[in-house]
Amino acid sequence: MRGHYRILVGMAPGVGKTYRMLQEGHQALEEGRDVVIGYLESHDRPETAALAEGLEVVPRLRTAHGQLELQELDPAAVIARAPELALVDELAHTNSSTMHHAKRYEDIEDILDAGIDVISTVNIQHLESLNDAIFELTGVRVRETFPDRILDEADEVVLVDLSPEELRERLRAGKVYPRERAEVALENFFRQENLAALRELVLREVAEDVEARRNPASLEPLSRQAVAERILALIEPQPKSQRILRRAWRSSQRLGAEIDALWMRPDGREPTEEEATQLAALRRLASLLGIHFLEADGDDLVETVRQVAAERGSTYIFVGTPDESRRREIFGGSLLSRMVRQLPGLDIRVVADRAQRETETR
Amino acid sequence: MTVLNFWRHKPAVPAGGRRILVPFTGGELDPVVLDAATRIAKLEDATLVPAYLIVTPLKYRLETPPQHEVAVAMPLLEAVEHAALRAGLPVDARVETGRTPTHALQRLWDVERFDRIVAPAPAGGSHGFTPKELQWILVHAPSETVILRPDPTLAEGVRLARSLDEVA
Repeated sequence: MRGHYRILVGMAPGVGKTYRMLQEGHQALEEGRDVVIGYLESHDRPETAALAEGLEVVPRLRTAHGQLELQELDPAAVIARAPELALVDELAHTNSSTMHHAKRYEDIEDILDAGIDVISTVNIQHLESLNDAIFELTGVRVRETFPDRILDEADEVVLVDLSPEELRERLRAGKVYPRERAEVALENFFRQENLAALRELVLREVAEDVEARRNPASLEPLSRQAVAERILALIEPQPKSQRILRRAWRSSQRLGAEIDALWMRPDGREPTEEEATQLAALRRLASLLGIHFLEADGDDLVETVRQVAAERGSTYIFVGTPDESRRREIFGGSLLSRMVRQLPGLDIRVVADRAQRETETR
Repeated sequence: MTVLNFWRHKPAVPAGGRRILVPFTGGELDPVVLDAATRIAKLEDATLVPAYLIVTPLKYRLETPPQHEVAVAMPLLEAVEHAALRAGLPVDARVETGRTPTHALQRLWDVERFDRIVAPAPAGGSHGFTPKELQWILVHAPSETVILRPDPTLAEGVRLARSLDEVA
């Protein structure tokens, strides 16, 4: 069974992630668990080094990089030692080129796969999806990144928080870096406004993580299936489809639903130039609204919708007012009545032009 | 088998029809501007293209602006489209993102054709384009441009920067 993964996240170096990791290691040891330090980056902080005492350390792997000797986490040695819990600092670290994995979070995956629990640490600026935002906020392009899925897949994500004022105070006191380096850091990355922005980012990220974990857990799978909504908006290369997407989006906000937009491309016919322009505009709107844009070839709309709805788990169809002639309705059957008949279990909403309603009733 | 492809027999949009772009930003479009743009579109038998320009701050990806901006844009665009449809005009609404309003505008007219652009100027606290943006539009617009400045003291509320006589 895969080990339990707990990640301690902070806004910047010096907030106390490593310290917290070691405290938790000691606590686990006192509870009778078998704990080792897989990799510790003490940054020459005496408090941190002192706290590591009493915890067994798995020897690091020594690798050569030119004339330079580097020390890395040795995942094989940790796995061979087979503790119950391994403490591994700085999961976003990039390994030396001689290592089996390029990144330390990959080494951690191996350890977890061996059934060993892991506590690790990371700063929010390393999160891949925030790379641009961090650059804009701080002017620093972070090169060592880790994919968002690492946080998503972790069993626990814990925020280690400190106010910007407290962190700057720790820097001034030489608790994070040596004093001469701290002065430079205070004027650069550790500026008050940078830290405030980073703190906001990390708070938001962890809050979103908590929310994401809370929702799926609040419903049993069967009841979730019964109440969850997924919208399928049927569009065509016409201006009115912009309205269909907008209305679907507004409904999705209330329902908490995902939206798919489906364009059935008639078999054997390429879109005209006008249609291509309309489709491109619809794609742009879909992208803006977070709607999945689907295309399917076909000649029978209802059958195509039936297939797509089954594949996507759709529960709610949005369709524009059909442009059917009376004659077509009589001889071919109305599209809507056929949809109702052939798409059982699906709600159907016809998105009307409300201006027409007012014109009719005026 | 009954073949039902309900859009195949209707053209997507009037092919080659005139299209009048009415870009706006900042959470509102002055009704006077919309009214004037509607009258111009009627005179020219054109499709009105109201386009809401969302400014995406640098810290966001261009294509994914803050959700609160999108939440402002959608109902506003719906209201503008509704007003134009009530006036009996064909409407083809758009939303475009950019780092600035003019960047969004540039992105829009890079991919779509417009025969005329009707841009609101700021007046009476409304959120029109700034003078600098209007100047940029006049220099870079790929088609004839009309600048509208709503002014309650003017019955028409229309000021023209180019092709004055076409709206008369």
